[in-house]
Amino acid sequence: MNIHNILTEIEKTDPEVYDRLDTRRNAMRSFASFGGKVALAAIPLALGSMFKKAYGQTTTGIAGVLNYALTLEYLEAEFYTMGASSGVVPAGTPAVGAINTIRDHENAHVAFLKTAISSLGGTAVSKPTFDFTAGGAFGNVFTNYDTFLAVAQTFEDTGVRAYKGRAAELISNNGVLTAALQIHSVEARHASHIRYMRKNRGANVKPWITGKDTGGIGSAVQASYDGEELTTQAGVNIAQIVSANAASESFDEPLTATQVLAIVNPFIKK
Amino acid sequence: MNNGNPTLPETGGTGDVLPNMIGRRKFLSYVGLAASAVTVVACSKDKNDVPEGAINLGSGDIGILNYAYALEQLEAAFYTQVIASPYSGMSATEQALLTDIRDHEIAHRNFFKTVLSGNAIPGLEVNFSAINFGTRDSVLATAKAFEDLGVAAYNGAGQLITSADNLVLAGKIVSVEARHAALIRDLISNGSFADNTVVDANGLDVSKSPAEVLGVAKAYLKSVLYAGNLPTS
Repeated sequence: MNIHNILTEIEKTDPEVYDRLDTRRNAMRSFASFGGKVALAAIPLALGSMFKKAYGQTTTGIAGVLNYALTLEYLEAEFYTMGASSGVVPAGTPAVGAINTIRDHENAHVAFLKTAISSLGGTAVSKPTFDFTAGGAFGNVFTNYDTFLAVAQTFEDTGVRAYKGRAAELISNNGVLTAALQIHSVEARHASHIRYMRKNRGANVKPWITGKDTGGIGSAVQASYDGEELTTQAGVNIAQIVSANAASESFDEPLTATQVLAIVNPFIKK
Repeated sequence: MNNGNPTLPETGGTGDVLPNMIGRRKFLSYVGLAASAVTVVACSKDKNDVPEGAINLGSGDIGILNYAYALEQLEAAFYTQVIASPYSGMSATEQALLTDIRDHEIAHRNFFKTVLSGNAIPGLEVNFSAINFGTRDSVLATAKAFEDLGVAAYNGAGQLITSADNLVLAGKIVSVEARHAALIRDLISNGSFADNTVVDANGLDVSKSPAEVLGVAKAYLKSVLYAGNLPTS
């Protein structure tokens, strides 16, 4: 695809577009920061940004949501990057490939969000300094495989809930909303697999969240599961359709930013 | 497979929220560009030409909820059959997991039917003639196709929804579909839960338009769906 062609098409339908965007040259600058593999997928975001600029809507709030997502992706990316190189994942097992796959996705999310934020005219937040032991609560996170998987599960399930909780704030920007949804479902795939890995190691857990059960991890991560026990959706009592367990499993629940930050805070060095 | 169904039309558009400063036609052309970077004019055909015998999904959020309802009907019917006639060699673990998925899809299906109430499309007739319910390979391959398709469908439908409440509801469901998709993939080949056939180099899952999704789904449906009134932005 060719950005110049797109701009030419826009000129055909709206000859005054540059009254709104200044000049074609300035419009092109919106794309100047893109490079390599990120560029193509980020183009709809950049176009969205251009139109918001041209037609007078703010993107500050949207960049703010993406910075929130970026912080969570930094957490996950560094967690899996450290985990993959720590030796905690048993060598010679399928787990190595799985953890590497997830690590790569989380690092890709970081890069993608950074590009998206700058394309919206925002400034990407910098990476916090993390403490994956959460002040000692998970002291053996990089030496005990089960602890590692327990923290991984919590991060993934929390991430899924976090994206869901702020999707509605992106409703005015189709490109950003769709990209956020595309990340959200990848996090859910990760969550499912990590839970399946734990199940195969004997944990009493399923790929989906039953009630507000932590899957045997315990009270240290309860806040990541509180609220998941909901069985009424939009006024419909799902527990009258299927069992209460299935009713809670069949819908994942959002978390607010305040709830998520309280969960994540112990993992950020003060 | 050709089951004699008419070709599903491209989705038409009824964009109803417009920036004040530009006309509707211009707006739609921008959206078409931003979404696909290919199409210039997203919408130019008659919207209400429902083919004889086809089921009209409707317009606006109701249309999108009916679209989701149609996909959930398909999934629920499939897993109901899977559990009613287990494939040869289904393990107890697999049976438990597939039963859970069946129940989740039934929950989704009946949820949409209830919230749509009088606006709901009728129950659909499915066509599972291409599926061999007796073999693990056929069942899991079909399950994988349905789950990945469902994830892509919800991802693509989010931007078509106007109500924030409906968007969150779709979000609550799509992550469960993604959990299913990952599990089914792991049952087929452990570790394929998010391989590069569904996650791109940016770490993004697939997103498909209703026209793309229904073009795939129609092979499993005797009923014919008309999507021409669904929103396109």
